[in-house]
Amino acid sequence: MSDSNKKKPETRTIRVQALTRVEGEGALHVTMRDGRPEEVRLEIYEPPRFYEAFLRGRDFREAPDITARICGICPVAYQMSSCHALEKALGVFDDVDQSIRTLRTLLYCGEWIESHVLHMFMLHLPDFLDYESVISMAEDHGPMVKRALRIKKAGNSIVAALGGRSVHPVGVCVGGFYKALDPSVAHDMLPEINQCLDDMCELALFLADNVEFPNLECDYEFVALQADDEYAMNLGRIVSSKGMNIRTEEFLEVIEERQVPHSTAMHALIRGRGSYMVGPLSRVNLNHASLHPRAAELLLQLCGIIGQDLPWGNSYLSLLARAVEVVHSLGRASDILAGYERPARSRIPIPVRAGESAHATEAPRGILWQRFKTNDDGSVAEARIIPPTSQNQSTIEEDLARVAEQVATLSDEEASLRCEHVIRNYDPCISCSVHFLRFSRSWRGDPRPTSDAELAT
Amino acid sequence: MPAHNLPTNSGAKPTLAVFKFSSCDGCQLQLLNLEDELLTLVGAVEIAYFLEARRRVLPPPYDIGLVEGSISTPEEERRIRQVRRDCRYLVSIGACATSGGIQALRNWADVDEFIRCVYPSPEYIKSLETATPIAAHVFVDFELRGCPVNAEQLVELLSALLLGRKPNIPTHSVCIECKRRGYPCVLVTKGEPCLGPITQAGCGALCPRCERACYGCFGPMEQPNIRSLANQLKNEQGRTNREVKLALRQFNGYMEPFKQAGDYYERLEQKET
Repeated sequence: MSDSNKKKPETRTIRVQALTRVEGEGALHVTMRDGRPEEVRLEIYEPPRFYEAFLRGRDFREAPDITARICGICPVAYQMSSCHALEKALGVFDDVDQSIRTLRTLLYCGEWIESHVLHMFMLHLPDFLDYESVISMAEDHGPMVKRALRIKKAGNSIVAALGGRSVHPVGVCVGGFYKALDPSVAHDMLPEINQCLDDMCELALFLADNVEFPNLECDYEFVALQADDEYAMNLGRIVSSKGMNIRTEEFLEVIEERQVPHSTAMHALIRGRGSYMVGPLSRVNLNHASLHPRAAELLLQLCGIIGQDLPWGNSYLSLLARAVEVVHSLGRASDILAGYERPARSRIPIPVRAGESAHATEAPRGILWQRFKTNDDGSVAEARIIPPTSQNQSTIEEDLARVAEQVATLSDEEASLRCEHVIRNYDPCISCSVHFLRFSRSWRGDPRPTSDAELAT
Repeated sequence: MPAHNLPTNSGAKPTLAVFKFSSCDGCQLQLLNLEDELLTLVGAVEIAYFLEARRRVLPPPYDIGLVEGSISTPEEERRIRQVRRDCRYLVSIGACATSGGIQALRNWADVDEFIRCVYPSPEYIKSLETATPIAAHVFVDFELRGCPVNAEQLVELLSALLLGRKPNIPTHSVCIECKRRGYPCVLVTKGEPCLGPITQAGCGALCPRCERACYGCFGPMEQPNIRSLANQLKNEQGRTNREVKLALRQFNGYMEPFKQAGDYYERLEQKET
């Protein structure tokens, strides 16, 4: 599927098919000079949809339903960040009942499960096992794919139990839930969740045993939400492996967003330091002490099998970090469901007033930060949203530069595959930020290495 | 599922292609969310083009094309015409593809101002002034509603296409689904601004089940009586013309007759001030 442009021998552009198995589409361009990558651009052409603009003037109660539509894969993350930010802005953040917070954790567990399992088995694993898709992989690994689909379905069923449906659930409101989960529904779900918990532990060990993880060790700055009493999803401070420790409201004092010509997604960077990583690898590295006992036990086993203790500084290991988090989410969900009683109320009353605040929660792909300002009548005056993929984008480009060097002598098809694999390590939610991904390489200064793919086309 | 009733050019398995335009990926995710049916589906059709799910791409033509998303950039305007040429049956799926979606709210605004609001360097951004449904650009054979589409309706649609029959997709209101399930009426008993009476069924009356007002994510039913509902909202619930307008201008606000009615209540709102 590659075509070569051979007009000038010293400068060459090779295009390979669109990057696939990511949520959304984008383009990748690598410029090589003397066998080294001179420039790497992850091009993001997501058509701008202007959420921050059209949220202005809408009622604050509509915000969670509107921001959810930024991403069909992680709508709960958008709803959770919106609800918490608005509860802060409207002055009721500390009034939210613990029972409501617990249900929010349960909802987030459902999304982490479905999103992680979708990415791990349907999008990412085919790279490791050398299949073009889960469809071909299922021909050889049918039972494994069926077990994974069952776990994914369990995650979706948690979201649907609390929100009516798994994509763009309707149950969430600022202040809590429109209706509390029915205890009989919770009770009925429990056996399946427990079965999936056992299954997922086995699948995770299978992956660690059978998957070869390429080495791409790097000194990343890991950034994640951190809480004292739990593996942070909704609440906590933003901390990093290099000493950052801030309240979520202080995010923009530490992080800056830059717009680049080649992308409609903005790049977020730590002021004065540069790129950083958010997502499952960061969370496992920073918060492993708070994992559910089943996940903590699994993590120890995984470290033993791959022979690497934490911190894991290799983005390929995000596959296993996701597995640990799926087990954590299933374990937490099981505990919450087992102890569930109908709460006194499903939501707290919300005063309508002018206010302003910000909050971040942990989307499956990492920190999702939102800020809201409201008017006296409860309409939104300003909104700002920084999704995880735009925070990871600079780190992905740096990873790609290293891989581009490793694959300089490979054919275009091979090189493209290796680069795509690195991008998929980050599970980029491209609808949050990206559109059409093509792989291309330019060669400057020296004739590019001869490859079979070039001769073939 | 008999797979060969859809007459194909080659006599082989019918080919399925899934295309994304301006959207959230949620509707194509509903295909991957068919956990129980997914492997059956893969057996019944050849998945020829589905970038979110597989790397391998077969060349066109395709027997069935599913299109998610609205048309909002010059590049998309060109691409949808090629997609139409590549597909025998073209079906738009979801609110973005059938109505323009939530991003169609820009259609009532100054897009340059929107770009300046979101991006510090507006000159890099290429965007059309409007976000419009697929049918505004090319002929579509069927439209499946919903934000997102309902997975069962998606299976019904694909089955019908494969069997060569008309999909059984009701066009009556959410109220019918709600009454059949015996949920208490959100509009009458709770005094909430429920759009169920004017919204097409298909979700299973999800919002009333969650004890909240329907917000119209499946778009207008066939021949809705919008004025009657608006009068109820204004006279019985004391809501303003602005609130009625905003209720109509949500995920399907650019679809007729929601669009016309939203514009009407905007004019009434402007007369008041």
